[in-house]
This record gives sequence, C-alpha cells and structure tokens, in this order.
Amino acid sequence: MIQVMSSNTETSKGYNFAYLDEQTKRMIRRALLKALSIPGYQVPFGAREMPLPCGWGTGGIQVTASVIGPADRLKVIDQGADDTTNAISIRRFFKKVAQIVTTEKVDEATVIQTRHRVPETALIEGQILVYQVPQPEPLRGIAPRQIESRKLHAYAEYGAMQVTLYEDVARFGYIARIYEYPVMVNGRHLMSPSPIPKFDNPKMQNNPAIQLFGSGTEKRIYAVPPYTSVRSLDFDDHPFEVQKWKQSCAFCGSGTSYLDEVITDDRGGRMFVCSDTDYCAKRRGAQPGTSEVAGSPAGATAGSSS
Amino acid sequence: MTAAAKVATRRILLDVRGVSKSYGGQVGCLDVSFALYPGEVLGIVGESGSGKSTLLACLAGRLAPDTGSIAYDTKERGLVDILSLSEPERRRLARTDWGIVHQNPRDGIRMDVSAGGNIGERPMSIGARHYGKIRAEAHEWLNKVEIDLARTDDKPRTFSGGMQQRLQIARNLVTRPRLVFMDEPTGGLDVSVQAKLLDVLRGLVHELGIAAIIVTHDLAVVRLLADRLMVMQRGRVIEEGLTDQVLDDPHQPYTQLLVSSVLQV
Ligand SMILES: [Zn+2]
Repeated sequence: MIQVMSSNTETSKGYNFAYLDEQTKRMIRRALLKALSIPGYQVPFGAREMPLPCGWGTGGIQVTASVIGPADRLKVIDQGADDTTNAISIRRFFKKVAQIVTTEKVDEATVIQTRHRVPETALIEGQILVYQVPQPEPLRGIAPRQIESRKLHAYAEYGAMQVTLYEDVARFGYIARIYEYPVMVNGRHLMSPSPIPKFDNPKMQNNPAIQLFGSGTEKRIYAVPPYTSVRSLDFDDHPFEVQKWKQSCAFCGSGTSYLDEVITDDRGGRMFVCSDTDYCAKRRGAQPGTSEVAGSPAGATAGSSS
Repeated sequence: MTAAAKVATRRILLDVRGVSKSYGGQVGCLDVSFALYPGEVLGIVGESGSGKSTLLACLAGRLAPDTGSIAYDTKERGLVDILSLSEPERRRLARTDWGIVHQNPRDGIRMDVSAGGNIGERPMSIGARHYGKIRAEAHEWLNKVEIDLARTDDKPRTFSGGMQQRLQIARNLVTRPRLVFMDEPTGGLDVSVQAKLLDVLRGLVHELGIAAIIVTHDLAVVRLLADRLMVMQRGRVIEEGLTDQVLDDPHQPYTQLLVSSVLQV
C-alpha cells in the first residue's frame, strides 16, 4: 500500500527508506497511478540505477521500493521458490534498506515481488503483486520500431498479434506459446504478462490484488487494477488452455498446481513437484520459513497494513 | 455494361477537387480534379516525375495535399473529406474499405508470415477469431489468385515475384474493399508473368465490382484494366477520357508520344 512517510524515512544504516530517494519514489508512484488508471498501458518512467545488475529485476525492485512501507511484509519469489539466489538477494536488499519484515507465506505477505510465477494461493484485496519484466512490449517482433508499436497500441490495432497465433496453429495444430502468452487487459490494451507460464494467465483475471509490472531496462511500468478483465488471446475453435500434467505433486499430492520436473538421481530418476514452494509446504502442513524479522523492530508490530 | 452506363446509375465513390502538392518549389501534382464511381477502374499514366505517384499518395491519404479536397463515400457517414479523418479512422478505412497494392510486394506483405497468415491478417484485424473460417477464406483467396493451396503455409520469401504480387492482391481484396489503389502493380515483373497477373487482376476487378485507381507508365496495363484514363505531364492532367478513345485517338502531342512509344515496344 502506498503510505505517506510523515517522518524519519532514513534508516539507521544511512539509506533513505527502501533505498530510493523520496522524489524518485513520487515519480514512480505517479507512473503507477497512471498505469492503474489505464490498465495494460505501458507508462514510461525514469528508471534509476540500482545496486543490482540489470536482469535481476531492477524494474520490479524500483516498483516495490516505491510502494512498500515499514509495516509491510515482503515475499520474493523466483520461479515459484523463495530460496533461489535472485529471491534471496532481493529480500536481503529490502531487509537492509527498509528493515522490513519478510515472509515466505503468501497469506502473510502484503507485497509480493515475483519473477516467472503467480502464486498458487489465491491473493486477496489489499495485497500487491509486483512482476519483474525483462521485455514489456508484446508487439516486439511484429512492429520492430517503437513508434509503430505505440501507434498499434494507441489505435488498438492488434490484428498482427493474432496472426502470430494463426501461424502457430497452421504450423503445429495448436497455439504453441507457453510463456509470456499475450493478454488483452480490460478489453483494450494488449499486454505481456511477463515470462510467467501461460498456466498463470487465468490467475490475473479478476484478481482482487493489485498487479504491478516493472521493467528497469526498458523503463516501463504497467498495471492491472483489482477485479480487471485479463483475457488470453485465442481462437473460437482453438480456445486458450493451460498446461496439464498427468502426475500429481510428489510431495503434497496437488493435482492442480504448476509442476516442475526434477531429476532425483543420476540414473534418470525424476519426479514432479510444485514449483510454488510455499503452496506445497502449506499443503503438507509443515510450514518452514516463518516471518524473518529484520534487525530493527520497526516493522515487527504491523498487524494489518491493508 | 459500359463505363458510361455505370456512371449514370451510381453515386460518386471518390470526389477529387483541385488537389495540388509541391515540394519546396518542385511541382508534384497541380489542380487535379476527377470523380470516380463504384466499380470503375481509372488508369493514371505518365512518365516518372509526371506527378502520378504524388497524386496517388495524396488520394490514399499517405500525403497531405497543399490545396484541394478528397471526399470518399464512407459506409457509415457518406461523403467525407479524408483529410478531416483522424489517423486511426484513416488507417481503419485503409485496412477495411480500401486496398493498397504496392509496386514492391515487400512493402505490402509480411515476408516472414505464411501466405495464409498474410491473407488472414485483415480479417483478424477487424475481429475474425475463428481459425477454421480464417483459413477457409485464405484458401478461397489463394485459389482466386491462382496460388497452389500446397503453398498456404509457406513464407512468401520462397515465392516468385509474380506469386508475391498475387498474394499481395489477395491480402488486400480479402475484406472486399470498394476501392483499391495500385502503384505500378506489374513493375519489376517479366512480361510473361505480367500477363498472368493482369489476367487475375482483370478477373477479380470485374467479378467483385471493385473500383480501382491504377498508376502506371505501362499502357498495356491500362489498356487491359482501365475503363477511363488520365494522362499526366509535369504535375497536370493533360488529357483524359475513355481508355480506348485516349489510346486510339490521342489529342495531345505528349500522349501521342506515349502511345507511339508503346507501339514500338
Ligand atoms: Zn506440492
């Protein structure tokens, strides 16, 4: 939730709260508000240098830094897992520069930054999902020049995008795109959902949470407000379908979650497990990774920040 | 039915009045006026630099004339000055009710999209969402322009120049536009290939009752396709009339020169 910092935005370590200076945060918040009022529209913003390499989610980090407050609880996932290098370093970054509480549980988190997945656990009103976006333009490859792709968005000329789906069906007999499957937002703007699996596309539709997207390298922000229509492109006679697995999760038995295939030994043994580690742990009833409280007690008392 | 009879029974499709365009003192086209009727094919001939390409660009809404008006009989609002349309309105008109066939197929088709996808783009851009129907329509049009259906999923870069040009025509005509602009449609093609293209074009124009404006330096093209002819020289229309009349009995020395040079070829 965007909260007004009335005072003391400096942390004890000498950073401004959440690293970015207040003016930059205001600039990014203005871009976010504009993005929320035109769902799916890419708003340019003056992306800042971040102390992490590009490709590590600097766009998402700047968005998170601009919306997070001391009472928020942050979850960071990468490919569904909280314990990957990328997720750990982003979490560590915010613990250091904002001294906030982090969590691995969707149910506890108020802000979730993600790369490549939407959590299996349904989000609720008041939560914010921040997507890291490497390439925000769904029309790249169709309109090589940006001035043309902007016109196509402005005039809602999306026939050429549908042609790419046609080409898939003509070639393979079905729409072969699995990741970054284009969606129409609010019946108006074509949007890239970031490189999430198409399995997650239906979760964007009518979601009670706020969904924010940040690309640092391309300097674009876009958003899907709560309860907004997000429709995956398809044909009447080749309707959109999500991936399905014959197996269930080897750990929790879930037959409805997105599964990763993991190799269990060097003799070709393999099994399928939930990509969303928090969801899998919750289903097993064993909850690892309860709230980690940062050094400062500042955020520890937060009951509800929504 | 003769062209004259068509004119008498129908209302004006494109009404062009006093169109002039110059580039920094260089005359592009000067005070051009004419009316085009539904189903009528108008040829505009002249050498390069005569202003015919400038005129076509103005008519197709790609270039704003300095003076004059160009009114088109839109389906929704009747005669509308196309210069008063907003850019999205003009683009919509251009991909629904109009067709534009470029001299170089590369400018009018997507080389990295299959022939079927090229033909399907216009229907999809105006809302077609049934793959089977889009594909059936693509097949229908490949048939019409005499491209083997076995090539439906091939990319046009593997096609001959003549096939590419026929694909461009199919891609334009699939939405059954009422007016098609053609810029040297046979330019760059071998004579034998030209003959087939002209044959296909003539058949389609007559079958569909499409109005067309064909700009060319090739009198054989207009002889075969155009009901009416305008001859341009140095930006002006110097002679106009029914095609056979103009070609068989040219009054202006410049037209006589054009006609005699084609006879010598
Ligand atoms: Zn599981």
